[in-house]
This record gives sequence, C-alpha cells and structure tokens, in this order.
Amino acid sequence: MTKATIVVGLDGSKAGARALAFAKRQAKGIGDCTIAICYVIEWSPFSFQTPEENEQRHKRREEELKMAHERVLNPAVDQAKAEGFDIVGVVKHGDAADILDATAKAHGAMQIVVGRVGARGLKERVFGGVTGRLAASASVPVTIIP
Amino acid sequence: MKRFLGTGLAATALSLPTLAAAQEAVSFDQKVNDIFSSSTGWFVNLIFMSLPGTNFPWIVLWLVVAASIFTIYFGFIQFKAFGHAISLVKGDYSDPNDAGEVSHFQALTTALSGTVGLGNIAGVAVAVGIGGPGATFWMVLAGLLGMASKFTECTLGVKYRNEYPDGTVSGGPMYYMTKGFKERGLPGGKVLAVIFAIFTIGGALGGGNMFQANQAHAQITNIVGDFSGVITGVIFAAVVFAVIVGGIKSIASVTEKVVPFMGIMYVLAALVILIMNAGQIGWAFGQIFEGAFTGLGVAGGFVGALIQGFKRAAFSNEAGVGSAAIAHSAVKTKEPVTEGVVSLLEPFIDTVVICTMTALVITISGVLVMDPATGTFVLNEAGTAIKTVDGSSGVGLTSSAFAAGFSWFPYVLALAVILFAFSTMISWSYYGLKAWTYLFGEGKTTELVFKLIFCFFIIVGAAAQLGAVIDFSDAMIFAMAVVNITALYFLMPIVKREMNSYFERIKSGAIVKHNN
Repeated sequence: MTKATIVVGLDGSKAGARALAFAKRQAKGIGDCTIAICYVIEWSPFSFQTPEENEQRHKRREEELKMAHERVLNPAVDQAKAEGFDIVGVVKHGDAADILDATAKAHGAMQIVVGRVGARGLKERVFGGVTGRLAASASVPVTIIP
Repeated sequence: MKRFLGTGLAATALSLPTLAAAQEAVSFDQKVNDIFSSSTGWFVNLIFMSLPGTNFPWIVLWLVVAASIFTIYFGFIQFKAFGHAISLVKGDYSDPNDAGEVSHFQALTTALSGTVGLGNIAGVAVAVGIGGPGATFWMVLAGLLGMASKFTECTLGVKYRNEYPDGTVSGGPMYYMTKGFKERGLPGGKVLAVIFAIFTIGGALGGGNMFQANQAHAQITNIVGDFSGVITGVIFAAVVFAVIVGGIKSIASVTEKVVPFMGIMYVLAALVILIMNAGQIGWAFGQIFEGAFTGLGVAGGFVGALIQGFKRAAFSNEAGVGSAAIAHSAVKTKEPVTEGVVSLLEPFIDTVVICTMTALVITISGVLVMDPATGTFVLNEAGTAIKTVDGSSGVGLTSSAFAAGFSWFPYVLALAVILFAFSTMISWSYYGLKAWTYLFGEGKTTELVFKLIFCFFIIVGAAAQLGAVIDFSDAMIFAMAVVNITALYFLMPIVKREMNSYFERIKSGAIVKHNN
C-alpha cells in the first residue's frame, strides 16, 4: 500500500485556502500522509484561436505556469513544508474536474478536497460548476469545503 | 464573381456623384487602375492565361496536376489516413503533458477560418451558374485531390518551422524552401523563398484583404441600400486595427467563435433544406453525375462544367498555395506528419462538404431555369450562364436558393459573409506579416509598418472599384502556388520519408494513443 495521499484543488481563492487547511487537519490525523496541491489553469484544446494567438501560445503557456507557481503554488508549498507537511505541487492546463481526478489517480490518492466555487451565473447553471462535475465523476471520495 | 461585385461597387460610387469624396475616389481609382493595368496587366494575363484553344487557365491545371501527383506519390494518403486525421483532431494521440499548447484542433480551425468564406458561398454559385450542377462533381474531385497537396505543404511547414528562444514559432513555405533545399543540397531555395514572400504580401493585401472588404461592402449595400464604401472600409479597418495592432484579443476571439458557429449553421440550414426536399436528392445527384459528363446543355458543355468545378475548388481551398502551411505550423507536435494528416481534412471540410452543400441547395431549389420538355438548362440571353429565376448570380444566387427554403436566410447569409470576410482578413494579415518579417526582419517597427499598410488597404478595397488591382492580387495568390508547388516537387521525398517512418511506428506500436 502506497502512502496515503490527499489531493487539494487550489485556485488562489479563500475557498481554496480553506480546502488546504482542511486537508492539513486530515493529514495530521492520518499521520503519514502526502498532500498533493493541484492548480488548474482552465484551458480547452477545442477552443478557437487566431494565428497570432497560436504563434504565441507556447510562450503564454510558460508565463501562465510561472505565474501560477509564483503567486499561488510556491507560497502554499513553502508554508506547508515549514509546518512539517509532506507536500507536492503541480500546475496543469485543462478542465479542473478532469485534471483533479487524473491527479488523484496518478497519486493513488484516497480523497480529493476542494473549496466550493459558488454556482453563479448562467454558464454555471448550464454546464454545472467544477465542484459539481467533480463530485459527479470522480473516482475517489470528494470533500467539498463550503 | 469578382467582376459582378466590382460592377456593383462602381454603381455605388457613381450613384453618389454629389459627394465630393466619392468623386475624388473615382478619379483616384481611375488613376490607380490605369497605372496598375499598364504595368501589371502582363503578369495577370500570364497567370490566368488559358491553355491554347481552350478557356482553361493553365494555373488551374497546374494545381490539379500537382494534387494528382501528390495523391499517387503518397499512395492515396487522403483516404488511407482519413480516420487517423479525425483521431488526431480528437486529441487521442496528444500527450497530456502538452496540455495548454496549440492542439491539432486549434491549428486546423485556425487554418479553416482563413479558407472557409466567400469561395464557399459565392464561388460555388458562380460555378453552378455557369457550369451547371455537373460542375459539382469536378469540384468535389478537385477537393479530394487537393487534400494531398495540403498534406505535403503542411508536413513541411511544421518540419522546417523556426522555433525562437522566447518560445514563439514561425513557419511556412519560406522556411521549408530555404532549410529544405539546403538539406537536400539544392540551390535556389533562398531565391524561391524571397519570391514566395513577395507574392504572399501581394496576395495578403489583395485577395486576403481588398477583395474581402470589397465583397463585405457589396453585401451590406444589398441589405441597407447604397452608401459610400469609405464608411465600411473605415469601420472594418478600425476593427482590424484594434485586433492586429491594438491586440484587442476579445474581438478576435469573438469572431473566432462566431465564424465556426456560422459555418455550422450554414451547413445545418443546407441540410434542413435538403431533408425538406428529400425526394429530390436522388434527382439532384443524377443531375450532378449526368451534367459532369454531358453538361446538360450548359455553356461550354462537359468541358465547361469541368473547368468551373476545378477552378472553384482551387480558388476555395487554397491547396498548394502555401498559405495553410503558415497557419498549421504553430501546432505542438513532435511529428510533422501528424499536422500534415490533420490538414488534409481542410479541403475536405471546405470543398467536399460545404461547397457541395451549396451546390445541392442551388440545384434542388429550382432557381436555375430548366426546359421541362428537354430536361436541359436554359441559357441567359448572353448565352454565358444558366438563366436564373430572378436573374441573380454569385452570392445573390446562393441567397435566393436558400431563401426558397427559409425566407429570412439572406440576412443570416449577409452576416456570415461579413464575418467570413473579417476572419479571412485576420488570417491573411498574419500570412502577410510572416512574409513581411521574413523579408525585412522581425521587430516591432517593421511589423507595425506592415499592419498599418494592411489596414489602409482595407479602406481602399472597400471604397474603390479597383478591378485591376484586385485582378493583380488574385494573380499574386496563384503565383504563390507556382513557387510553392515547384518547391514541393523537390521536397516531396522528405515528406515521404517522414510519412513512412511515422506510419511504421504507428503500426509497430511505438506511437500509441494517450487516452484509452
């Protein structure tokens, strides 16, 4: 049996921070537990782009990754490390629900913890929020932090 | 089509004689026309020259012969790799670690937004109006063959693109001409590249800009009545300026989302009309096949149908022109062949699907006048085209054919034409820019100079009746094909090597799908 892992979805919001705090409490309870923080940059391979956007895409992607690491992921990882947690961080492009579940699978995680993203607006009503879709499709238990 | 619209524009300009600006524009046009006709007429005549004893332009034969050679040389790649192309576009072979990079789907749709446009709506109507339904058969055949040309140029485009330290990429025929020729130890690559780049700039300003602005203005005047083209030109130029100079991404991304939607809506509307007339579909196909070989009494008979079909396919999907190689080269892939395979879907969607839909709707709608006694088409008074119910041709013919199914459709069509024109301009501004920076070097100032010239030409194109200038720019686009296909003949062994290696690795399981 591999080490217990909890995947946490982080998006720079307060709900995300609460999710991480919850995961830390869980990890403490378990004892020997890895926390995998996952930051998802929303992106679809099926969007439409101009030739110029395509040309710049690789550069933009690097910038997006750098920004996510600098602003959100690295501070969270550093702090958790200082607190004595075993922690890893990843930044990925794609659909948040898919990526979180894929990360959980990759780490053989026991659960996914996410902050609730308020289901507002027409888009959320039509397509469903990230948390809703994750809860509906995930392969491991999902904890949604209000 | 071009002349038909040109005449409309002349009428626009002449109907406003009280406006000093319009008068100035006319005299300005006249001057530009004269200078252009006298200095470039020979070039236009050379490119569009007919083969002796026919009215078949040699440039069309050049494109069709090249497409046939590539089809045979690559072993009917367009049929063998069709399923694989769809699998690639779906992302089955994309590495999840590359998420966030340009996908095959994005490269394909970007290239498509440059080609799907007026050719599919107006060009097909011209072909069917002159060559009869039989022209559709030849158009589809030319479209199927053109898929092999796209495969060749786009594979090379990705293989020889430039990747810069900052992560941006530049690709296209200029790069495969120089690098590919060098690799094969052939001389003249640089010369070809420079000539190609010059033609590309001409094509971008003409066919990819003035011609589009011109047609969009003609569509707007059809709906709201005549007004000065300067207004349309300035508005279009301002919007294009905001996108390509101002970097206002939101306008571009709105268009990039609306254009595919328009394309899908166009095909759906055509399908609904076909379903409503399901009983006649068999008859329409009968007309297409019979007309392809007999002409069914149209001007020029069977040869007339063939010429029109080939011509429109070549003009619509740009296979062999080299423009697509620029658009496709931004994709993220380790295998250049994958993008070549994906690109062969482009002429299929553009010509085989969308153009055929237009042709079927025109045939079924009954806007072409037929003699009920003989079952052949009735020619117009001049004897140059098939008589239509309301005397329309070009976009007008497509519009009235669709109106037979949905009375409101002409409004949607007008909007589609304007948006297609806009997205084609954005695409060609990029192709032109790549050629420009190839010649004059990359840099903010040189790029800005080209972008400003591009915006200025939008106003010129919309405002003026510049038949000679537009003829010249059209000739430029096809001159691109002369240079590009010459290079493709020399470089096709490289593509074959890449292709064989790639498909062997697919077979042996060295390349596998990522999502199962």
